Amino acid sequence: MSPELTDQTKKKIEEIVSRYATKEAALLPVLHLVQAEQGYVSRHAEQQVASLLDLKPIKVKEVVTFYTMFNQESVGKYHIQVCSNLSCSLLGAESLIDHLKEKLGIGVGETTPDKKFTLTTVECLGACEQAPCMMVNFDYFGNLDKEKIDNILDGLE
Amino acid sequence: MAEKILTKNFGLENHFKINVYLENKGYAAVKKALTDMKPNEILEEVKAANLRGRGGAGFPAGVKWGFVPKEIDKPKYLCVNADEGEPGTFKDRYIMTHNPHLLIEGIIITSFCVGIHTAFIYIRGEYEAVALRLEQAISEAYDKGFLGEDILGTGFKLDVYVHRGAGAYICGEETALLESLEGKRGNPRLKPPFPASVGLFGCPTVINNVETVSNIPSIILKGAAWFCEAGLPKDGGTRIFGVSGMVEKPGIYELPVGTSLKEIITKHAGGVKEGKKLKAVIPGGMSAPVLTADEIDIKMDFDSLVEAKSMLGSAAIIVIDEETSMLDVLKRVTKFYSHESCGQCTPCRIGNSWINKIVKRMAEGNGNKKDLDKIIQLANNMLGKTLCPLGDAAAMPVLSIIQKFRKELETYVGN
Repeated sequence: MSPELTDQTKKKIEEIVSRYATKEAALLPVLHLVQAEQGYVSRHAEQQVASLLDLKPIKVKEVVTFYTMFNQESVGKYHIQVCSNLSCSLLGAESLIDHLKEKLGIGVGETTPDKKFTLTTVECLGACEQAPCMMVNFDYFGNLDKEKIDNILDGLE
Repeated sequence: MAEKILTKNFGLENHFKINVYLENKGYAAVKKALTDMKPNEILEEVKAANLRGRGGAGFPAGVKWGFVPKEIDKPKYLCVNADEGEPGTFKDRYIMTHNPHLLIEGIIITSFCVGIHTAFIYIRGEYEAVALRLEQAISEAYDKGFLGEDILGTGFKLDVYVHRGAGAYICGEETALLESLEGKRGNPRLKPPFPASVGLFGCPTVINNVETVSNIPSIILKGAAWFCEAGLPKDGGTRIFGVSGMVEKPGIYELPVGTSLKEIITKHAGGVKEGKKLKAVIPGGMSAPVLTADEIDIKMDFDSLVEAKSMLGSAAIIVIDEETSMLDVLKRVTKFYSHESCGQCTPCRIGNSWINKIVKRMAEGNGNKKDLDKIIQLANNMLGKTLCPLGDAAAMPVLSIIQKFRKELETYVGN
């Protein structure tokens, strides 16, 4: 079971709720907050958020499962998200994804056994001028090739 | 060299900070609008400027604002669409990163004109760093008295909040964006009623793209006639063309509306990568029907692209070279839409999934000659048969790729 939300988080949630005409509207920002603290949105967190925002747990689950950015399971310390959309694939995204799979020894959607890396592919990241590109957690890296990816990964503790 | 409206100060160091912005005549438009102009005068000026929506649909901004009821016993909202999910599009990221106060100025003037006191910037979730920059800029604007209570002593009040999405292309569609902002799945709403009358929380709502709103300050300062001259009479101003794919110099290029596609690719973006031949161009984000190499001598404005049976959309140009297989392009395009369909309308949910399965089968060497016609049939069954434009957005590129590259595609299938 994931930890309880801290009092500090609950206070932040109150501030977020005050921006909107309904409590429900705070759901996306609150889920971002939960994920930033806990790394993913656990079923337990879904229930806690539901009770704080006066929602049925199923409403929270609907949202968590609809939006791809919410992790429903824990991910590695570094979440690598490689863009595989058109501009990036024109410039070789597929071979970079293969390189990452080989280097990390995992498939797309998997996490390394030491919980250091999770590899996923994503749709357009809005950085097509730097294609091929990827995100590591929230940091963007562009104009990638295999060597650059090796350097980025080797620099991560 | 044509004048730049949105990107002209991008080179200035720390231009995203309010002090630097103010040193360069920043917030002059807000001062003029709030102290020298009446809301109705602003509306007429924006209407006369023929500022067409930069998000994709090209609907005139002034006309949209005019649909909001003036006297109503409900709050009104502004939602700035910063979802920027259309593949190939990255221009709004540049505006928000390098010129956040220009956007905030546009938000203040738009809100003052329409009588809005709460604005949300709905930004795609992946742009976390950009969202933080916007929040800093908003906080600076509050400190200087451009936001909050009694702005510039006029009695006008406005609060602005940044709201992050969470990775769903469909939320760029305006009614899906509203659902998402309300904390729900991004399922588009049936229209009418349109958001101008029933929008966020059931209240009248203006929804405009980042680039659209960022054009407002210049229209206020320099006038509608100047803005039309900077572009075309019926499609004023500049566009930030985002060029990506197989070109030498991918990036953003702010040029007058109506600049030729050929000029953008060959002159500004340095031509096709490694001197290869051009094969095809997607001129307005992935949803736009593809143009062949012979069709790029065309003006980049809404009406010219419609005439060419494509669309200007978000002005995101994706360049495809001679060595790229159009089956690979088709596979990529169809995978995207089958992933991003929200699932609400059957033709789009099932149609996109089937189309992608057939294309994948073709790519694996197991296609047959009837497959292309099957795809056409499925795509035609989506056109105009869904609640929101995603059905059309998915069908149009697929139909155009098959129509224009049928011979090549047929070489990939057996009998």
